[in-house]
Amino acid sequence: MSTVTNYTRTFEDFSGTGLSNDFMPVRKEAFKRFSAKGFPTTKDEEWKYTNIAAVAAGEFRPTESTNTVSLAAIDPFLLAGTSIHRLVFINGNYVEALSNVKALPAGVIFGKLSENRTHSAVKKHLAAIAGKSSGAMVDLNTAFIAEGAFVFVPANVCIDEPVHLLFVNDTTAHPTMVSPRNLFVAETGAKVQIIESFHSIGTVNHGFTNAVTEVVTEKNALLDLTKVQLENSAAYHIGFTAARQHSQSEFHITTITLDGAIVRNNLNILLAEEHCTAYLYGLYCVNGNQLVDNHSLVDHAVPNCQSNELYKGIIDEKGQGVFNGKIFVRKDAQKTNAYQSNKNILLSDDASMNTKPQLEIFADDVKCSHGTTTGQLDEEALFYLRSRGIGEDNAKAFLNTAFAGDVIQKIAFEPLRDRLMEMMQKKLKRQSL
Amino acid sequence: MLTIKNLHARIEEKEILRGLSLDIKPGEVHAIMGPNGSGKSTLASVLAGREDYEVTDGTISFNNEDLLEMSPEDRARKGLFLAFQYPVEIPGVSNANFLKTAVNEIRKSRGQEAMDSKDFLAMMKEKMKLVEMDKAMTQRSVNEGFSGGEKKRNEVFQMAMLEPSLCVLDETDSGLDIDALRIVANGVNALRDKNRSFVVITHYQRLLDYIVPDVVHVLYKGRIVKTGTKELALELEEKGYDWIKEEVESAAI
Repeated sequence: MSTVTNYTRTFEDFSGTGLSNDFMPVRKEAFKRFSAKGFPTTKDEEWKYTNIAAVAAGEFRPTESTNTVSLAAIDPFLLAGTSIHRLVFINGNYVEALSNVKALPAGVIFGKLSENRTHSAVKKHLAAIAGKSSGAMVDLNTAFIAEGAFVFVPANVCIDEPVHLLFVNDTTAHPTMVSPRNLFVAETGAKVQIIESFHSIGTVNHGFTNAVTEVVTEKNALLDLTKVQLENSAAYHIGFTAARQHSQSEFHITTITLDGAIVRNNLNILLAEEHCTAYLYGLYCVNGNQLVDNHSLVDHAVPNCQSNELYKGIIDEKGQGVFNGKIFVRKDAQKTNAYQSNKNILLSDDASMNTKPQLEIFADDVKCSHGTTTGQLDEEALFYLRSRGIGEDNAKAFLNTAFAGDVIQKIAFEPLRDRLMEMMQKKLKRQSL
Repeated sequence: MLTIKNLHARIEEKEILRGLSLDIKPGEVHAIMGPNGSGKSTLASVLAGREDYEVTDGTISFNNEDLLEMSPEDRARKGLFLAFQYPVEIPGVSNANFLKTAVNEIRKSRGQEAMDSKDFLAMMKEKMKLVEMDKAMTQRSVNEGFSGGEKKRNEVFQMAMLEPSLCVLDETDSGLDIDALRIVANGVNALRDKNRSFVVITHYQRLLDYIVPDVVHVLYKGRIVKTGTKELALELEEKGYDWIKEEVESAAI
């Protein structure tokens, strides 16, 4: 049984928003479940390599203070040269002065969740996609439901430019806990690209982000999500993204982790109706004493769906990487195509990677494959580059960029792609981001 | 330009070069022939600075500098180029981007300014003609999915771009059909001039019909055991290596 005492007090003190009040019974139940389970420990198979005792023991608490952060302070987090819609949340609270929402097509909602608490989609889906059986960390988030982003694209509406959600954890005053709760719904035939980026300010105190994002793609919809984790080396980040796909819909998700002390990205995709496609891409560059853990689950519940997963990692210094990729193909899910690949490069003797593909196939007419590789930099290629006059550091950067770059290349929005390429190169040179 | 004296080198515990000496002057083309396992590729690897090989004795002087003290990249920057027997595929790195970086790192080491994109493209266009390469090949990832012939053409193309003073060709003819061999040899011949030297390592005489050497050496058991003119290569083609081996063995008794 883990220590939840700190969090019990915090829960009782938490006032939240109107949404928090509406969801009071759900929140209370969630906290009860969380209290019973406690924080996961390394004895739990799902958390075997990821020790979050520091989160359990920490005195993190939510804060309503946002006024410390200026536009100049978040400027480095914005995508320079673009003027895309953005919602900015400081310590979980929406800050209108920092956000930028322009005119949107009729019926499109790109705003804060609390303001849309009576929306039918919120009532229907919130805490239903990531629900009671999604684990203790989702329960903890649900217990603190207060704010987040609500993106709703009605039937047959297509939004060309991505919308950007920025979550900034400012830990200057005290160790803060933020529990963003996002809901994205693409109705029949709708198309939208969403960027979620996580940042932090301050390294004196630790920050704890416990984020949950729920995604629904209705028939024929396409939802493209890029999650970028850039919180600093004092940050604990636990994220849970859960998607439910309806017939013939597409969901693309690219999870990029470039910073953070301990980062756990959970991704659960339920292919609930036929002819759906899910693309899961991931990249993690880990160094120092960082730990980055990606856990994914694709549930092929029905026939004729396709999932394609590629995660790549570069681990340097004393960094630790973890990958666990589950694919369930249920008994009825014939004609499933499911592919999974995890490739890693270890750049130092102290770097480590634990990877576990986990395919559970109960149907007999399926095409499924998985592969995982963990190795060093290709010495032959390195020598080849050096023999052409390219210095060793540059040659390594070339090879690492080539290795990891193809994940970033999957991102459709060019300014984001360029920015991430640049940041990845910095990271590979062990520069601060 | 290149003076090798009493070179001994080994890989792991196995000694492969056992007292090799060689002297190459500017503008000369030296062919190094020899049976399998005689140490030809080891010589190429040691010259280029491959770390798997340990030099246990002897010296290599390149333009009056100690080559063995230099990193592989410094050797390239000082003008040494190895055309690989097995060029490496590097997915995700475009040929053009790779070469631009290489050209500019070499220029930087010589105190020259970086080449801008326009001049670089013009240079590529000119050098591509030497080996009948098309633009698409320069945009592809380095050697990825290239045929054997394309890989060797790409080696000579890189050689043309980097303008080295000493070119080491390690079995450049291996795996080439006659047309590809002609293209590669023409490319090499176009690069011959009075200041640029070549070490052409080959098992077969065929390549030397196209790239005519000034001197032919026979390497056997890690040493140069015979040196002659291009006629020596013809003799080897005709009679094989056994008579050389016999000569060496009987001299040893």
